[in-house]
Amino acid sequence: MTAPISRRSTSRFEGYHAPRWAEPVVHELSKAGRRGLVFDCPKTEPNLPEMARRQTAPDLPEMTEHDALRHYLHLSQMCLGMMGVSLFGTCTMKYNPRIGERASLEHLAHLHPLQHPDTLQGLLEVYAIFSDMLCELSGMDQFVFQAGGGADAAYTHACVTREWLKARGELGQRDQIVTTIQTHPCSPATANAAGFEVITLSLEEGGYPSLDQLKSVLGPRTAALMVNNPDDMGIYNPDIKEWVRLVHEAGGLCFYDHANFNGVMTRLRARELGFDACMFMLHKTFGAPKGGGGPAVGAYGCSEELKPFLPGPLVVRDGDRFRLEDGEQSLGRVREFMGNAPQVLKAYAWARGMGAEGLREAADLSVLANNYMDKRLGEVRGVSRSNPDVDVPRMEMTRHSFEQVTADTGCTVVDISMRMTDYGIDALWLSHEPWLVAEPFTPEAGELWSKEDIDYWIDVLAAVVDEAYESPETVKSAPHKAPIHQLKGDALEDPARWATTWAAYLRKHGAPVSDRERDQETPFPIGGQSA
Amino acid sequence: MTRAHPWMANSGEEGAADMLAALGLDGVETLFQQIPADHLTQRPFDLPPQLASEAALSRHLDDVLSKNATTRDNLCFLGTGAWPHYVPSICDEVANRYEWQTSVFGSPTSDHGRNQAWFEFCSQIGALVGCEFVGLPVYSWGCATGHAVRMASRLTGRRKVLVPAVMDPERRMVLRTYCEPPEMPRSIEIVEVKVGADGCLDRDDLAAKMGEDVAALYVETPTYHGVIEPDPGALCRIATDAGAEAIVGVDPLSLGVLEAPGRYGATIVTGPTQPLGVHMYAGGGVGGFIASADDERYAREYNTLNISIAETVKEGEFGFGLTLFHQSSYGMRDEGKDWTGNSTYLWALAAATYMSAMGPVGFAEIGRLIVARSRHAAEMLDTLPGCSVDLNRHCFKEFVLRFDAADVGEVNAGLRKRGIFGGKDITGEPGVDGPAMLLCVTEIHTEDDIARLADALKECLS
Repeated sequence: MTAPISRRSTSRFEGYHAPRWAEPVVHELSKAGRRGLVFDCPKTEPNLPEMARRQTAPDLPEMTEHDALRHYLHLSQMCLGMMGVSLFGTCTMKYNPRIGERASLEHLAHLHPLQHPDTLQGLLEVYAIFSDMLCELSGMDQFVFQAGGGADAAYTHACVTREWLKARGELGQRDQIVTTIQTHPCSPATANAAGFEVITLSLEEGGYPSLDQLKSVLGPRTAALMVNNPDDMGIYNPDIKEWVRLVHEAGGLCFYDHANFNGVMTRLRARELGFDACMFMLHKTFGAPKGGGGPAVGAYGCSEELKPFLPGPLVVRDGDRFRLEDGEQSLGRVREFMGNAPQVLKAYAWARGMGAEGLREAADLSVLANNYMDKRLGEVRGVSRSNPDVDVPRMEMTRHSFEQVTADTGCTVVDISMRMTDYGIDALWLSHEPWLVAEPFTPEAGELWSKEDIDYWIDVLAAVVDEAYESPETVKSAPHKAPIHQLKGDALEDPARWATTWAAYLRKHGAPVSDRERDQETPFPIGGQSA
Repeated sequence: MTRAHPWMANSGEEGAADMLAALGLDGVETLFQQIPADHLTQRPFDLPPQLASEAALSRHLDDVLSKNATTRDNLCFLGTGAWPHYVPSICDEVANRYEWQTSVFGSPTSDHGRNQAWFEFCSQIGALVGCEFVGLPVYSWGCATGHAVRMASRLTGRRKVLVPAVMDPERRMVLRTYCEPPEMPRSIEIVEVKVGADGCLDRDDLAAKMGEDVAALYVETPTYHGVIEPDPGALCRIATDAGAEAIVGVDPLSLGVLEAPGRYGATIVTGPTQPLGVHMYAGGGVGGFIASADDERYAREYNTLNISIAETVKEGEFGFGLTLFHQSSYGMRDEGKDWTGNSTYLWALAAATYMSAMGPVGFAEIGRLIVARSRHAAEMLDTLPGCSVDLNRHCFKEFVLRFDAADVGEVNAGLRKRGIFGGKDITGEPGVDGPAMLLCVTEIHTEDDIARLADALKECLS
């Protein structure tokens, strides 16, 4: 393999190759009789109703503790992510300070959510102080942390809207939620799942829907607006205050999806723009880890007017004590308990470590880095930017396109992204559906990554584009340095071949060669008498 | 002089100078010109002082959080939705790996390890519940059940679900949210089926309420009160005979001793993932799964992300990729199946590790132990004056302790003084006659612990 990077970069990732353990599926590591965990044997055998007793042993692997640990550590090593450079746009890749992890294990692991509040004072204090901090940042009056992710916070808003409408006697009449095509799919999806009809506005000149388009859909059926700003193209809708005014005039609520908060952090407050509610993603903007898809927290904040409808329990301050309260008009729950406490703690720790001055600097650095990337990417052959007519500096991310590269070389954005992983750069974020820009990709530098990392990322991209022009087959057949080769994608959508479990795989494809000897129908020795 | 912050590579006085120079700027403000002046806030941000020193931050967190009293320092008999189980150290080791804890989402090749671990989570859940299609986990058991009920409604075109009259109020509230208020055109009506004095679903009442307008029966075994349904297959048949889905909620830790729902006729299975190697984290450890037969009709209604094994271009090599992605909200926005998004995937890795180390015999062993320990506790507490347990019930892990007259809040306050978190106060809840608490006894409780609870209860009641 050539190393096209060397002439321009002195990066530490030169010569990268992913770990490759050729790790079998865990079931294939099984050897009958091995044990990984054992428990005390009770003095009495269970007395179980006959029709409820397990008849056949679950087909789980039998392995030692060491084998199980080694297997999953091997798998963890075959994850590129933040071990290389990941500028995964819309996800705001940050450092996740490990102090939060340690504090969660030490202080939260052994708390039960239904403990008496007197025994949860430390946790409730963190919730209360952090809610205050987020209120200070957004201008809202109360935050809750029950939602298990950003989408769940959007859902929370749709559910709060239902209760608010019910209290006003308008539930059933106001049944439409307005959003834009550039708003994250979770807003329209959760509005629909909450029972609303969704109206999606399309983009116009400037990169956002016009006021006229908005006005044309508002009326007596308007329940709410759910929108992000800036959007994923880095374009800020300058009419947003007027949008909010118009929606309020029509009788609806306004929800600000602050997924892209990093660029506007400490410069504006959602409430001052008129919004009734907003959400912050603690696993993005506030330094809590993403876990490859959660546990996450969509912190949902709202005005005093909406507070009675929030999901319970709410943390209430009584002098220097804290208690939990379920309001009479509360929507109930969107999820059990008080939310992902470890993520709240990690985000709180992050925000305390940053302070107001750190948040300001992070916003500055992320917008600066994005504009630096824009400049350098603009010099890469065949790379263009969404909305070329919008020449003002973008916010904390920009959508770019390989359309020209693809037309010239046949290499798509997916091919290029895969080839970049050969240099230790994890897959690019492309775009949410539908693609409004051909062959899109959306990097977001954030404040974590060094200029050297950012330069390396761009150098690799430029080198891979060069390679696409010179030897497109190398790009199309990538990756070449990953743990495995390209997947044959056709089986994934074929009901006769897809398999989300090992059992389904064995049934559809026949058992592979294996030294396992397990008779699936051997009666299962639960022990004890039946009753 | 601004000091460089440890979490931001380009921070500090000189950190950004190169990038500013490359853009020909001497400051960043011009880069924010898209934001109209009247959108900018005029009020400064009044936040607590920065704690950039990890030593100082760590001390602050210790100071605040030491105000909690934990289940390490107190005996905990609380369950219902989050349960005190033993978390093997390898589960923490695996879940805390920086590699997959901090990253988001790569390609099937760059993220091969995590994709495989996800597949193994699904495979092992499938083995436990007896189902061959399992989605990646959702936020919680209640959320899994909410999605399953909505799935059933889409499958059948019907808008009514039957649930036990005695159900965890926390989960029940989540389900209510998912079913939408009656004013919404697609609202799903929740109808309660009676629960008998034996703690089991009343079959006659179920049969009477079942009909061609019912999308699904949702039933749990063990129940909220810990009761093992003696013949859950018969309940499922009543549902499926009427063309309704039979959704069964199960505690996966019971499935070493209790039959896999997929084997007795459940068409959709849901349950919690926290018992499988995840700490309670004050409720932050919860997660839920959804499983069914690997039947295309069902598969095409999942809201979850789903991962399938597939061949690579290299002979004999396998990888793992998303299947049925387009039907998700990422693929179809408001026309997708409910919604998906960040969930509890990190816990799936802990759970996969747990299930691998447990194996079939580990699950049988822990199941036997939990049944025996909780039975022992029930029998011991039943001998105390002033309270009783219905020993005719077959229970797993949780059981109801009834009091003749005591105020459960006061009893629990007394227990707290003695270093014990007593059971959840369920006085006044459906299916509960008089004062009562729901106790949870697992593999972590020793016989000495149970004796201590009995002694403390005796003192509190005297």
